[in-house]
Amino acid sequence: MKLSKRERDILAGKRGKGAAKAMEILAALGRIHGARRMVAVDSVQVSGISYGNIGEHGLAFLEEWAGLRSRAVVAATMNPGGADRTLWKSLGYPPAYVRKQERVVAALEALGVKPTLTCTPYQIGFAPLFGRHVAWAESSAVCFANSVLGARTNREGGPSALAAALTGVTPEHTLHTDEGRLPTRIVEVKCAVTTGADAGALGYLIGRLVSEDAHGGVPYITGAVPPNGPERINWLKALGAGMAASGSVGLFHLEGVTPEAIADGARLSAAAKARSSIDSLLPAKKALFSGKGPIDVVVVGCPHASAEDLNRILSLLGERKAKIPFWIFTAEVIRKQSQVNGVSAALERRGASLLADTCMVVAPLAELGIRTVATDSAKASFYLPSHHQAKVYFGSLEENVEAAVRGKWR
Amino acid sequence: MAMKKARIIFSGSGAGRVLKSDVPMGLFGHLDPKTGVYHEARHPLDGKCVKGRVLVFPRAKGSTVGSYILYALRKTGKAPAAMILSECDTIVAVGAIIGSIPTVDRVDLSRLKDGAMVRVKGKEVAIERG
Repeated sequence: MKLSKRERDILAGKRGKGAAKAMEILAALGRIHGARRMVAVDSVQVSGISYGNIGEHGLAFLEEWAGLRSRAVVAATMNPGGADRTLWKSLGYPPAYVRKQERVVAALEALGVKPTLTCTPYQIGFAPLFGRHVAWAESSAVCFANSVLGARTNREGGPSALAAALTGVTPEHTLHTDEGRLPTRIVEVKCAVTTGADAGALGYLIGRLVSEDAHGGVPYITGAVPPNGPERINWLKALGAGMAASGSVGLFHLEGVTPEAIADGARLSAAAKARSSIDSLLPAKKALFSGKGPIDVVVVGCPHASAEDLNRILSLLGERKAKIPFWIFTAEVIRKQSQVNGVSAALERRGASLLADTCMVVAPLAELGIRTVATDSAKASFYLPSHHQAKVYFGSLEENVEAAVRGKWR
Repeated sequence: MAMKKARIIFSGSGAGRVLKSDVPMGLFGHLDPKTGVYHEARHPLDGKCVKGRVLVFPRAKGSTVGSYILYALRKTGKAPAAMILSECDTIVAVGAIIGSIPTVDRVDLSRLKDGAMVRVKGKEVAIERG
């Protein structure tokens, strides 16, 4: 691997010990993955923010790195942490947990990472341009940036993303290269994929289907038709999140929809060496459904809800009121806007709460007394039973709103 | 006896007796940084301590938070002397660097017997005894 003069200087410690450590990590990863050089990145999304997830060792590592006084040289944003920084007290969080969570955020802020605390940086002004390189961790955002926006990023981990933030570069391999973006498999979809939850279920099946392909697989999907209008974005978000969770897909092409498939579909689909088909979403819906007994809380917004999603929930609720807790996870910036435009108050009058800075996957659900949830997220349905021993009712957003209003599933 | 040159993941020098697993190791949730002991039912390393050993295993499995476990082992003084793998992934590579554990991969593990004295120095793996 060939490093530039600037990169060699960083490695030699001329821009501080923190940046030198960062370059050492990137050079080793580049070597492992056969990169020839580094590429400059426009932005970085750092994962591994939740204290419950990284624990005391992760916190110690971040505080030590912060002590080396290097700072991000490109726009860098944070994934959700473990707690809503405004509402934690009323949600019943132990103060000791929140103090540790705040130390994680403070260490990252000292490293120059902005406390956006969302898995959807692309919804709050950090959307990369087509063809540009970024270094993002957070599997659902990686899938969205690569597939829907046509930017280029590998599936980074917390430390490797942070290393990219401190140096402004990442090793050029796999999804940064034209070759690495070629499909490994054509996936022909022969059933209707109507709702966002359907798209998540399809993603779950595709992730498993391509997981043995090279680099976690790049599916070229045909036959799946997303809804027109603003719901299309939510549908694509759910599709990518589902396959990133069940497999380790960082990029999908959807015929006639995603930008690289529109620009170059014939060449891309000709490159795929394998072909599979999906006839039914039922196997996914069965695998993801573990609901039983009363629902503690209805949780939507995994990945984080957009302003469009909030409007949609409001219109599905109509004048009805939720009988059981109904949590909508979103970015703090979007919550703030909804407080200004009145959507937040309208949702609250109908018994729904907007939660920010955290999400159902990384929050300490068991400690908050949550055993059974309903959700429209395939990603959350995949993780919650193993991460939090929670039972999950999985269905469409419409079914979830009905569950909230009636206080039970169906 | 010198062996074929390996690929450096984190360059350094470390020697010790081999602690070997023929199956992948999970770091997060299995390797306790406080004690250095590995816990996984029916795993060949269950109950074994990695401190000061040359840890030999084909590859890692499981959570990406595993990198932090290798860092924590360095902090608690329970780190292995070196690591030798067949194929090193991002999780172990990052952990080796942030935990400063000399690590190489692309090594034929069949010649490394459990309990043998082995030295890793840069890309050289030398069997000193056993």
